[in-house]
Amino acid sequence: MVTKEKDPVVVILQLSGGNDYFNTIIPYNDSNYYDNRPSLQISQEDMLTIDQEFAMHPAMGPMRELYKSGNMAIIHGIGYANSPRSHFRSMDIWHTAEPDKVGTEGWLGRAVRELDPNAENPVTAVNIGQGLPRALVAPGVSVASVADLSTYGLLTSVEQDSVREKMLTRFSNMYGAALGSGQVMDYLGQTGIDALKGADILKVAPDKYESDVEYSESSIGKNLRDVATIHKANLGTRVFYTQHGSFDTHAAQAPTHADLWKDVSNAVQDFWDDLKETDHDENVVMFLFSEFGRRVRDNGSGTDHGAAGVSFVIGPRVNGGMYSRYPETRAEALEQGDLVPNQDFRGVYTTILENWLEVEAAPIVNGSFTSENFLDSSN
Amino acid sequence: MTVTTDNALLAHLMRRAGFGANQDELERYAEIGYEATVDKLLNLESEPAVDEYSLLRRHPITEVPGGASGPGQANWLYFMLNTKRPLQEKMALFWHHVFATGNAKVDNCNHLLDQITMFREEGLGNYRNLLVNLARDPAMIFWLDNNENHKNAPNENWGRELLELFSLGVGNYTETDVFECSRAFTGWTIGAKMPRYPYGRHPWSFEFRAEDHDYTEKTFLGRTGKFDGEDIIDIILQQEACSRFIARHLYNFFVEDEPQVPAWNIEEPRNPGAVKYLAEHLVESNYEIKPVVRALFNSDFFKESAYKRVRSPVEVVVGTLRLVEDVKGADPRLEATAKEPGYMGQDILDPPSVEGWHTGSEWINSGALVKRVNFVSDRMSDVDLPGVQKIISRIAECGESMSPEGLVENCLEQMGPLPVKDKTMAELVAHAKEQGDLSWDEASYRESAVRAGEMLSLIASTREYQFG
Repeated sequence: MVTKEKDPVVVILQLSGGNDYFNTIIPYNDSNYYDNRPSLQISQEDMLTIDQEFAMHPAMGPMRELYKSGNMAIIHGIGYANSPRSHFRSMDIWHTAEPDKVGTEGWLGRAVRELDPNAENPVTAVNIGQGLPRALVAPGVSVASVADLSTYGLLTSVEQDSVREKMLTRFSNMYGAALGSGQVMDYLGQTGIDALKGADILKVAPDKYESDVEYSESSIGKNLRDVATIHKANLGTRVFYTQHGSFDTHAAQAPTHADLWKDVSNAVQDFWDDLKETDHDENVVMFLFSEFGRRVRDNGSGTDHGAAGVSFVIGPRVNGGMYSRYPETRAEALEQGDLVPNQDFRGVYTTILENWLEVEAAPIVNGSFTSENFLDSSN
Repeated sequence: MTVTTDNALLAHLMRRAGFGANQDELERYAEIGYEATVDKLLNLESEPAVDEYSLLRRHPITEVPGGASGPGQANWLYFMLNTKRPLQEKMALFWHHVFATGNAKVDNCNHLLDQITMFREEGLGNYRNLLVNLARDPAMIFWLDNNENHKNAPNENWGRELLELFSLGVGNYTETDVFECSRAFTGWTIGAKMPRYPYGRHPWSFEFRAEDHDYTEKTFLGRTGKFDGEDIIDIILQQEACSRFIARHLYNFFVEDEPQVPAWNIEEPRNPGAVKYLAEHLVESNYEIKPVVRALFNSDFFKESAYKRVRSPVEVVVGTLRLVEDVKGADPRLEATAKEPGYMGQDILDPPSVEGWHTGSEWINSGALVKRVNFVSDRMSDVDLPGVQKIISRIAECGESMSPEGLVENCLEQMGPLPVKDKTMAELVAHAKEQGDLSWDEASYRESAVRAGEMLSLIASTREYQFG
């Protein structure tokens, strides 16, 4: 596999739990906003105006700056038809690009298989966090999942290096052997080999990392700093994944939603500052999504599960601006009280896959979907 | 991998119904036989309860963890590590998987521990009773916002998850049923409902507020009436889907990994006959759990299921520590140790969502595998731990002089017995051969013990050992 230092890279930031679109990008001239949000209304004084029609949540200051600098695409009304309004099912749908049946392969897992068809680099995809999101799972695809970059390695407690080396060789032989006893055993074998190789590669990153950026204190700040650390070490990682939450604000939404966006906005800004400092930003695109938006009418202190949401694409090669359109907010236009999606998420995936990662999208997203082009090509 | 010997079958039972057993314990169970062992496990009162007072004395914070889940996790870990009634804790863990409630939102771990205590006390009792208790459980009410479910502003969170994840499964109800179900639980709330800020954390208790309850007619799953929450639960229990759903959960947790829960309305069970068998037992027993669990453990499909499940992180941590006899009693390392399952992807009392954990192969990714292998290998190679010493002295009893093959075989016997594939076996033997035969005479004992510890550690790192 030939890797170039400036191969296009995508960073996925999942906003878990269902982010409230209506209070993230506020259509502030629309009386339906004020009528439907008796308890969770954000005043015009507090909201951060971005144009003649829309404003951002007050906690999204750094996000507004990114938008104003022309490096952010806001994608309105994203989702898919017949939202099940279940977190798990909806997250599965976003992860597998398969709304009609249960998909077994993640869209990014499939993309990684195209980017690194012979699975030569076990850190082509890196998840920062506990567990592995389904979006990254595909047979034959290796993904390093790193909870803590500083202590990553196998059999680290064996004191004598010579003994540890011997045991790691045995481990490698045992996990590399085809045992012929089923999928789970094969998956375990591949995972063990990847863990071994990945740990060897990743251990150099923290030593190489230099930055003057002090990330704000939050779990998403720590996660994005780990992403930056690995990206800046030029290890050939093309897909990064991390998440923050929970945006499942059924109750007490006002303070919770503000805290969540404060942490995300600050961390995103720190991340881009960090990358720019060493000219590592040009080949990176960041995509923020949530599994659904929330109900138009608030429930007194929070909002219930809804349908259409908003996504953000950020990076120096992004054609900043608004894409798709805000779904209609009048009561008759809603479905079960929810905004109706008008941009299929698979169309946005398609643009990222074809215009940025330069892989054929249709087999990955299970069909032909489109969106307006919000990206300059990575070349 | 079908288990044939009595010892192997009992070891399988103890891994599933508890957290494993050492050879001394297995010998004691062998004396009374398999079915009597199942009965003994189910008859909780045959063994004393966990001594909670020494936990209270040494780790008072774990009894009132407040907003932090860490001390609460230590509390439950103490029970799991020290219990003489392993099935009681295993059932509590089962219901925690099904009725997953997370402190990340509840932010009141005292009440989460109350919920676990309820599972501990009622986990082998009646499922209807569990659902009613759950609907009144303060941690659950807050977790799924039933305190925000009002007569004139219904909040569907609890109503939906009750149907989707706690009883019927997706595809067995409509959106209207969710709404009607939610209305029936209006007014089921908690007091004191003081806002957390700036007043701090208050003890909660269940409260029914008649003035906030919707007493009007509801149509739920084809029935119409002025239903309240208990009526809804009774209607749920009459659905065939309900017994199938709980049966499948039991199968998934105790027998064999199933697909993840959201796929259950699309993918058939791995063993439809077994799930049907358990579902029928549930209906016949009027949803009493104990007889169903007894039938499960005594079934052929259970006895043939050894090593068909990927061990959960809690099983890895608790099973290992009980085997090596580390972190016993109110050990000072209890709180640090309670974080270990979380590092492997299972933060107890803090599941990622109300769906609980994705299990089976989804426990495994490169990060989690690294943590599992390191945790078990570290401890199995520590020849100063009492449990490891016991294992080694049993190995030493097998002959004063031992071939490399003999060492591997004896170690595998002590670690399960764990069957391994030929290629794994070849590597283990090759590793043992590098240092030739062992002698267990007095002069060489320590050196041989270290070698045995290294072999136990290598076995713990195999793929086969990740199953239980």
